Amino acid sequence: MEWLVFIPLAAMALVTAVMVIVLRNPVYCALSLVGTFFALAGIYLLLQAQFIAVVQVIVYAGAIMVLFLFVVMLLDLDHEPPAWLQRNRPGLLLGIGVTVLLLLELTIPIGSRTSQGPQGPYTSELVDAVGNTQLIGRLLFTDFLIPFEITSIILLIAIIGAMVLARR
Amino acid sequence: MMPEGAFFVIMVAKIIVVFGLMLLSVSYLTWLERKVIGDIQVRLGPMRVGPHGLLQPIADGIKLLFKEEIVPQAADRMLYLLAPAVALIPAFISFAVIPFGDQVQLFGQTIDLVIADVNIGLLYVFGVASLGVYGIVLGGWASNNKYALLGGLRSSAQMISYELSLGLSVVGVVMLSQSLSLVQIVDAQVETWFIILQPIGFLIFLICAIAEINRAPFDLPEAETELVAGFHVEYSSMKFAMYFMAEYANMITVSAMATTLFLGGWKGPWLPPVVWFLIKLYLFIFLFIWLRATLPRFRYDQLMRFGWKVLLPLALANVMVTAVFVALR
Repeated sequence: MEWLVFIPLAAMALVTAVMVIVLRNPVYCALSLVGTFFALAGIYLLLQAQFIAVVQVIVYAGAIMVLFLFVVMLLDLDHEPPAWLQRNRPGLLLGIGVTVLLLLELTIPIGSRTSQGPQGPYTSELVDAVGNTQLIGRLLFTDFLIPFEITSIILLIAIIGAMVLARR
Repeated sequence: MMPEGAFFVIMVAKIIVVFGLMLLSVSYLTWLERKVIGDIQVRLGPMRVGPHGLLQPIADGIKLLFKEEIVPQAADRMLYLLAPAVALIPAFISFAVIPFGDQVQLFGQTIDLVIADVNIGLLYVFGVASLGVYGIVLGGWASNNKYALLGGLRSSAQMISYELSLGLSVVGVVMLSQSLSLVQIVDAQVETWFIILQPIGFLIFLICAIAEINRAPFDLPEAETELVAGFHVEYSSMKFAMYFMAEYANMITVSAMATTLFLGGWKGPWLPPVVWFLIKLYLFIFLFIWLRATLPRFRYDQLMRFGWKVLLPLALANVMVTAVFVALR
C-alpha cells in the first residue's frame, strides 16, 4: 500500500527537482523547488513524521521560498539562460561526475543487500504511544542538545554577518 | 467503531456542509461588512436589492460571474490564471482541523464536529496559512504591472514579518494545554479560557492575525491610494472575486482560530456548542470590520518597525514568562 503513495511522491520530488535546474524562468525554478518541498513533506507524512512534514512546509515552502521569490522578482532575472546552457564545460563535467558518483553510492548498497536494515529504537508503535512531537522535542533537548545549540549559533552568526554587510 | 462506509459518508457530508456554509458566510460577510461600515459612517449601506439589501451578495456574485475575463498581454499566462486559486485553496482548507462543536448523535452514529482531529492541528493551520502568500505574490508578479508587483512584494515582506510573532504568540497556549491538537486545546480550556491566562499572547495573536489576512490597518498590499489596488489590479471577473473570497474566508478562519485558542472554542453554558462557536466567531469578525472603519492604514516603515521591534520581543518575552510559570506549576 505504501508504494501507491510513495512512488508518485518520489516521482514528483525528482521531476520538480530537475525542473529547478532546467527551467529558464527563475520564478518557475523557485516554484518547482516549492513542489519538491511538498513532495518531501508528503514522504515525511508517510514515515509518520507529521511534525517534520508540517515544519518542512512552514519553514521551507512558507517562509524561505517566499523570500527567494521576493529576491528573484526584485532582481528581474528573466532573460538569464540556465547554468547548464552557459558554456561552462569544466563545471558541467564536474557536476555530471559528482552526480554519477553519488548515484553509484546510493544504488550499489541497495542492490547488494536487502532494504531491511536493523530495527532502531523508534518503532511506529513507540511513536504512536509517546507522540511524534513529544519524541522529537525530548530528543532535541537530550541526545541532540549540542548539535541543536551549534546550529542555532551558526544561524546567529549568519544573521550578524548579514547585519554587518548591510551596514557597510 | 463504525463501518468504513459510514465513516466515508459522514466525512464527505461534513466536508460538504462546512464548505457550503463557509461559501455562504463568505458571500454574506461582504453584506455584513458594508452594512456595519455604513452604520458606523451614519449611512444605510446596501438597501435596494431585496429587503435591507439582503440579496446584494447574490446580485454581486452573478455580476462578477458574467464579467469579461481579461488577461493582460504581457502577463505570465499560466501563473496569472493559477494565482487566484493558490490564494483561495489555503483559505478554505485550513478550516478542516478546527473543532466547531461537541460530539452529536445523528442516525445512531456518534459524529465529532470537526472534519479531522490531527495531532498537529495547530501547525497544520499555520502551514496552510503560510502558503496563502503565494497567491498574492504570484498574482502580483504574473500581472506584469508595477503596482501589482509592489503590492505582491509588500505582502510577502509583511506576511513573513508577522508570521514569526503569530507563531510565537500561540506557544504559550501550546505550553499550557500540552498539545498541538485543536480539539485538546479546547478541552484544556474547560475551567479558564486562555485569554485570561495569556492576555498578551492573545493581543499579539490578534494583531498579527489581522496583518496576516491583509486587513485594515494592515492592508498595505492593496493600499488603494498609493497602489491603485495592489496585487489584484489587473484581475477581473471571477478571478477578482476569488481573491475577495480568499480574504473573507481567511477572516473566518482567523476568527475561528482566535475562538479556539483563546475563547474556549465551542464551550459555553446553556446554548448548543455550535451556536457558542458561531457567536464567538462573529464577535471577532465584527471586531475586524469595526477596526477597518476606525483605523487609518499603517505606513510601510511603521509596519516593519512595529512588527520586528515591538511585537517580536514582546512575543518572545511572553513565551519565556509562560515557560517559567509552566515549569514551576
